[in-house]
Amino acid sequence: MNNFYNKIKSDKRSAWVAFALLGIMLAAAPYLAAATGGPSWVRIIDFALLYIMLALGLNIVVGFAGLLDLGYIAFYAVGAYLYALLASPHFNIHLPFWALLPIGAAVAGLFGVLLGAPTLRLRGDYLAIVTLGFGEIIRIFLNNLNAPVNITNGPQGVNGIDPISLGSMSLAKANSLAGIAVPSLHQYYYLFLALTLLIIFTTLRLQDSRIGRAWVAIREDEVAAKSMGINTRNVKLLAFAMGASFGGVAGGLFAGFQGFVSPESFGLMESVMVLCMVVLGGMGHIPGVILGGILLATLPELLRYIIVPIQQYFFGKVIVDPESVRMLIFGLALIVVMLYRPAGLWPSPTRKRELVEEA
Amino acid sequence: MDIFLQQIVNGLVLGSVYALVALGYTMVYGIMGLINFAHGEVVMIGALVSITVMQIFFAGAPGLSPVLLVLGALVVAIPVCMAIGYTIERVAYRPLRHAPRLAPLITAIGVSIVLQNLAMMIWGRGYISFPAIFPSGSYDIFGARITAVQIAIVVMAVVIMVALLTLVNKTKMGRAMRATAENPSVAGLMGVNINAVISFTFIIGSALAAIAGMMVSANYGIAHYFMGFMLGLKAFTAAVLGGIGNLKGAVLGGLLLGLIESLGAGYIGQLTGGFLGSHYQDVFAFFVLILVLIFKPSGLIGERVSERA
Repeated sequence: MNNFYNKIKSDKRSAWVAFALLGIMLAAAPYLAAATGGPSWVRIIDFALLYIMLALGLNIVVGFAGLLDLGYIAFYAVGAYLYALLASPHFNIHLPFWALLPIGAAVAGLFGVLLGAPTLRLRGDYLAIVTLGFGEIIRIFLNNLNAPVNITNGPQGVNGIDPISLGSMSLAKANSLAGIAVPSLHQYYYLFLALTLLIIFTTLRLQDSRIGRAWVAIREDEVAAKSMGINTRNVKLLAFAMGASFGGVAGGLFAGFQGFVSPESFGLMESVMVLCMVVLGGMGHIPGVILGGILLATLPELLRYIIVPIQQYFFGKVIVDPESVRMLIFGLALIVVMLYRPAGLWPSPTRKRELVEEA
Repeated sequence: MDIFLQQIVNGLVLGSVYALVALGYTMVYGIMGLINFAHGEVVMIGALVSITVMQIFFAGAPGLSPVLLVLGALVVAIPVCMAIGYTIERVAYRPLRHAPRLAPLITAIGVSIVLQNLAMMIWGRGYISFPAIFPSGSYDIFGARITAVQIAIVVMAVVIMVALLTLVNKTKMGRAMRATAENPSVAGLMGVNINAVISFTFIIGSALAAIAGMMVSANYGIAHYFMGFMLGLKAFTAAVLGGIGNLKGAVLGGLLLGLIESLGAGYIGQLTGGFLGSHYQDVFAFFVLILVLIFKPSGLIGERVSERA
């Protein structure tokens, strides 16, 4: 693996070949998935991309700046509900996608600052609990703001959200490109992929920028960072805002893709899931986080397809609820991975050095 | 006025359950500096096991007195929870004592998921109702109604808290626990077996969780595989409110949180002119938590301020 990595790094030509292969693979992925597993797998890949966006956003807060956020899904919820309310028959407002995307990012970013500002002094576990509380508060409000003024439509959620359309091309129905029919799910895949790549590019550039280095400095030692002249308050708020705005974008995409949002989709379990992606993959290491996102978004689905046939094979019938077996295995996997790779599956090389010394 | 008194009574009953669970959090945090996120699930297991035992006895011997039933349930539920607590510590926390800070958090989440789904496999998805073993009458205290169950809950909670405080402050093991909380490595040099102390702490905390689980299901009349999450969160809030790591703080925080919640839920409608209703009850705990952490992060009577990154 490392040899291969180094070769790509040193040799320009093999780098281009590797990139071209990766590009072809990414472009062909939905067709491969549809051919092997049927359209439901394209859907799973679409969701995996949304989760990767979320994980990359949370990685800024947790991985770079070291601020443990357990309520991250609240920003996803803000983005999703904003899209749902501004592009659905609920208020009879129908804004176009290109307007909603930046609005979602901006409002979610604002919420990020709102959460960040009062919690600037808190660290570690305490911050985790406050953010967790914040996430729950948002969910409870979404659940109950249907009376006396109906804003969120309560537990029923918002229905009939406009599908995403780029210009006159609606992604909800199949379009054909140069004679090849591209089904709706595939179109969403390409849109999500483009935005995911944009987010990956942004975080990669952020990582080595002045701001990125300031975040890492705060993560390692806040007092030292402050004494080196970093404005820790602004830099931390920026981390919250950036992370939140990525979450807001992913939320808007989710609402447009799904056509329906309800408070149920934004429980603590979702926050935990995204956090697990970041930590399991390798905190602060972008390729690791992407790996974590792919694994955790697809593993439970994979188990869903495996568990029932296995039970039927061994016992002749389904004896335990496949849903709970699936989650049970997932929980065990979390424990086992953390026990054997406490720094994540693919930790960042520099971070690893630090951790070894710390212990 | 009657409503006010009634809410106070309800709040105290709820608060004593929170306090028992909060003690489990605060003991572990005091000794290891770790939030045992899986503690709420231990409470849930305690509730479900004790209900099952009672149902079996109740069906087998309907004439048994409620006190015997409760004792029988506890005799089974407490060891089960102790075993679970011990296992959690051995499997999920001990190997990670020197790992990065987030690693034990993730294993704790993993343990929670595992316990919840095990419970769902064993007891199913539905609500399990508490068998009707207690006399249904209630007593009048200045116009507030209090049932026998509620009195039993408060009395039991008080007895257990006194016992725990005695254990920690008067016995040799308690001294070892306090020493470990102060500084584990120095305590180890003084001949304290740290691993044993930590295991003991988890076991005691889990025993309290089992009792709390039975109490809370008796109070609400139901139990559920998902009940541990919210309860654990609120109990943790209570522990932070009182000052985490401080036993008296956990009791105070638990009682206060119970009162705040029940008074808040009772009066929020009037306070906001009917805009917000009692279904915002769960929000109070979090608002209180956030306010405490912002203005007095060490809690009401906590001394040590956590500066762990």
